[in-house]
Amino acid sequence: MDQLSGGEMLIRALHDEGVDIVFGYPGGAVLHIYDAIFNQDKVEHILVRHEQAATHAADGYARSTGKPGVVLVTSGPGATNAVTGIATAYMDSIPMIVISGQVESRMIGTDGFQETDMVGISRPIVKHSFMVQEVKDIPHIIKKAFHIATTGRPGPVVIDIPKDATDPKQKEKYEYPKDLKLRSYAVPDKGHTGQIKKAVDALLLAKRPMIYSGGGAIQDNASEQLINFTQKLGFPITNTLMGLGAYPASNNQFLGMLGMHGTYEANMAMHHCDVLLCVGARFDDRVTNSDTSKFCPDATILHIDIDPASISKTVTADVPIVGAVAAVLEEMNDQIDKSDKEVDKQALKVWWDQIEKWREKDSLKVRPSDNGIIMPQEVVKAVFEITEGDAYVSSDVGQHQMFAAQYYGFDKPRRWINSGGLGTMGFGFPAAMGVQFAFPEAVSVCITGEGSFLMNQQEFATCMQYQLPIKIICLNNQALGMVKQWQDMQYGGRYSHSTYAESLPDFSKLAEAYGHVGIKIEKSDELYPKLEEAFALKDKLVFVDVQVDPNEHVYPMAVKGGAMKDMFLSKTERT
Amino acid sequence: MRHIISVLMENEPGALSRVVGLFSQRNYNIDSLTVAPTEDQSLSRLTVTTSGDDARIEQITKHLNKIIDVVKLVDLTEGAHIERELMLIKVKAAGAQRAEVKRSVDIFRGQIVDVTSNVFTIQLTGTGDKLDAFITALGDNVVLEVARSGVSGISRGEKTLAL
Repeated sequence: MDQLSGGEMLIRALHDEGVDIVFGYPGGAVLHIYDAIFNQDKVEHILVRHEQAATHAADGYARSTGKPGVVLVTSGPGATNAVTGIATAYMDSIPMIVISGQVESRMIGTDGFQETDMVGISRPIVKHSFMVQEVKDIPHIIKKAFHIATTGRPGPVVIDIPKDATDPKQKEKYEYPKDLKLRSYAVPDKGHTGQIKKAVDALLLAKRPMIYSGGGAIQDNASEQLINFTQKLGFPITNTLMGLGAYPASNNQFLGMLGMHGTYEANMAMHHCDVLLCVGARFDDRVTNSDTSKFCPDATILHIDIDPASISKTVTADVPIVGAVAAVLEEMNDQIDKSDKEVDKQALKVWWDQIEKWREKDSLKVRPSDNGIIMPQEVVKAVFEITEGDAYVSSDVGQHQMFAAQYYGFDKPRRWINSGGLGTMGFGFPAAMGVQFAFPEAVSVCITGEGSFLMNQQEFATCMQYQLPIKIICLNNQALGMVKQWQDMQYGGRYSHSTYAESLPDFSKLAEAYGHVGIKIEKSDELYPKLEEAFALKDKLVFVDVQVDPNEHVYPMAVKGGAMKDMFLSKTERT
Repeated sequence: MRHIISVLMENEPGALSRVVGLFSQRNYNIDSLTVAPTEDQSLSRLTVTTSGDDARIEQITKHLNKIIDVVKLVDLTEGAHIERELMLIKVKAAGAQRAEVKRSVDIFRGQIVDVTSNVFTIQLTGTGDKLDAFITALGDNVVLEVARSGVSGISRGEKTLAL
């Protein structure tokens, strides 16, 4: 059994846990740990340029691989800079381990240099947290932290380590625990068979069924089960923003995304359905449109979720099923096969005829532009075509995010990397780095806006250091587009602090200043050739600054306080 | 409606702040809170009184259960239960007042646990209502200081909250 210091134990335990990459930034309280990193080659450390980017990169890594992302930051400002990224991961249930340095134990509580109460600050945005008290506890804490972060409803776990616990002079026996007992933490696996039967019975009796699946289907790698289930029944399906890719967008049963900027057909089908099966989603206000009393008025609601607290939180479930999505869907598939009842094919045909009529509305039709002005939607469509729909696409937050979600048809899970719950601007670029580290050969695209991009632009330097060939497609409308859209629609067009055209940098030159490639696109006839040129530069980071129509809005858009059927379809048309 | 929820949790640093933090974070109210270790030194028992409709109480218990340090919990108000609160109360007791206060203490089955020439310190246990009633019975301008423990409770009969 090896004698290791706390710092060495930490890195060894990460390796024993299967971690090969850590995103971080050094500082005083973690110098012992960084020295331990220097002296080994099993765990690779990626030096970012801001701790927030470390968390988002780890998050992008986690979302694209399904493995936990690992972050290492120092105490004080290092830890507080990580907070936005931890909250982002928490809201979207992303497995993440954040190791933060802390001042020496004897200094805690004395307002020491770079001291902050990280366990306290992060408490509302973590699944759990640990403060290391003794060196010998480190292997157990790491084991517990990974178990908690990755099982059940995943989430971030913070481990705060006082500097003295990593002191190279203090060595202890190291053994990585094989088993783990946590008497206060049990993970639901299979759903309750009786509840599943009730749900299956309701589905087989449905005249106007609808499936609404979310991030839980992605987290639990339940795509295959979801596809089997949906196609076996022939029911229409919609995905939430977090759930895109769990069901292939190119399949005819897919009605597009639902919710605030969902398609007309998805939202209409939701509103009019008589049985709604929610698969690993949480009736978020961006889906239900905040007034839940108007939500799916005729529907019997069946809700599968691994987290009991998500059930009947905002919308009361008629048939709750607590369990892992994949296992529950599998059992549903079995029960349907064995059932003597059948889907009401005639009613389903009538329902599909209705849905097809809604579909004919073509709510994602792009308005033709004038004078060669580029429509933002056209850019996403072009990126989709050029990448053959096979890229990993991260995004930031705002109009570009919605355009990416609406127009890049995701056929595979874990390809769409975005901050859905917290809505974190500045997420996309570092998340794309995490994806590129996980899949060096894949195309990692960040569809962003100039506002979001400016929030973490410093990562240009990280991308140069590690030669990450990310393609950044910036839908540059010279304004905080979504804010401006709301100001247009609800504040009489008073653009309070949402425009800054005169002060924007020349993004191509900015990219070039870091040694990357910058391309500017201003006219619609340049769009395809220049995008193709960008994607052909396989080993370079390319920043594509696309000047798009500054006046475009995202549609459909839910009418505030309405039901799901209440939508604006354009600047002049509403349902 | 008022609920008394008893929680067994790991006797570890940070556990209490996670529970209390949950209430403020999710806008649940805490009317009273007591916490102390149990016969098993690795466990603390925390009792919280809160209020809300059924849906809210269901969310509170679900979210409490999600906290990793929470081992087990029970909503005591769902069944027959005993609730008690301890009050230490310091009151003016000089001259003729002394006999009057003593009578009230006897009626409420309290005990005088400390005496000076002008002050009685009284110990009283019971439900919150009983303690309130005692304070009212003492009348105005008598009470000098009140220390109440918050509600603790246990279910009646053979049901236990234990591992």
